[in-house]
Amino acid sequence: MMLLVDIALVAGLLALAAHVVAEADERSAIIAFLSLGLLLGLAWVRLAAPDVALTEIAIGGGGTGILLLRAEAAIRGRGKHEEPVTRTGKLAIAAGCAAISIGLGLAVLSFSSPAPTLAPAAAEALPATGLGNPVTAVLLAYRALDTLLEKVVVLLALIGVWSLAPDAVWGGTPEVRPGEVPGPLAYLARILPPFGVVIGVYMFWVGADAPGGTFQAGTVLAAMWLLVMLAGLRPPPQTAGLPLRLALAGGPVLFLVIAFLGFAFADGFLAYPKAWAKPLIVAIEAALTLSVAAALAMLVAGPARKAPTR
Amino acid sequence: MSDLADIVTVILVGAGALLFLAGALGLLRFPDTLSRLHAISKADNLGLGLIVLGLLPQATSIGDGLKLLCIWLLAQLSAATASQLLARAVHRGRTAP
Repeated sequence: MMLLVDIALVAGLLALAAHVVAEADERSAIIAFLSLGLLLGLAWVRLAAPDVALTEIAIGGGGTGILLLRAEAAIRGRGKHEEPVTRTGKLAIAAGCAAISIGLGLAVLSFSSPAPTLAPAAAEALPATGLGNPVTAVLLAYRALDTLLEKVVVLLALIGVWSLAPDAVWGGTPEVRPGEVPGPLAYLARILPPFGVVIGVYMFWVGADAPGGTFQAGTVLAAMWLLVMLAGLRPPPQTAGLPLRLALAGGPVLFLVIAFLGFAFADGFLAYPKAWAKPLIVAIEAALTLSVAAALAMLVAGPARKAPTR
Repeated sequence: MSDLADIVTVILVGAGALLFLAGALGLLRFPDTLSRLHAISKADNLGLGLIVLGLLPQATSIGDGLKLLCIWLLAQLSAATASQLLARAVHRGRTAP
């Protein structure tokens, strides 16, 4: 019975992926891509990886989807008909993607059975971290360096987006609110955020012991903030504003500070003293959640459009 | 007792799934955007409601049951808003082409 569901899921994924590539209208393709993210989340659930499923749905489906939609809206009607990529270029891209897919497929198929795994080792060391969720332990204890760099990459992306602002409006506010806010949207922006904030904080808190974590929680919080800004209930912040910059840098900075303190109080860079492992990890996660939320919301809001008021 | 709960679950979830099927059929077969919207939003709200109602007897704690109800309410809120926004866009396009 489950096999039938799995086959249907895989068939749906393949068909949707083909549709995303073949669809000529950009907006339809983006919406299909959004659905692909949701379906992919279901596939991860079937693979018993709820952490990945949540991240895929939040970032792969929701986050990337709204970024693409806004980018498409921004370039709509701006002489996009001059195709910048030639036929040979497209063929080269298709060949490259196909080579990577085939290579990955071969790599997965050539795994020895049972596949090599670090899962028992990860589970064995779990008590030392004070955490209950092995995925969080991997992200913030065993492989903390990767997580740190991941969050820095998000900040770098934001710097890239902000750099698109002309000199005159540098440090000003982005424009998120549409010309006219429809009533239902304003209503949703009043009703949903209280729930969304509770769910976001819950996802971060429960991440220590169950599926959840900073990226998922940050995305939910960012979505709530964006909803409020979209409905015009609160204006977007100035990109040069100190509170925003502090929220953005806070997570990585705290992570780095604790990482360096590891030299003095534990075994080295990014090592936690045993007794303090869990509180330190939760503190880092809290700051990172805020940073991720601010960075994702600002990524979607885009570069500054209005001059700063000083 | 648990047999009765299982029967209730099967009947209600089955009815919900049937409604989703009807909604999907409407989405594919109805001629214009507004009636398609009508089909899918009705099926969404009622179908999901029936499925949640059917799953309630299987909830192991009051907290689980409340979470299920919250999911239904939130899905209803977002579906209603999305339908309103879509219908508005269609209406706008009709009056001012």
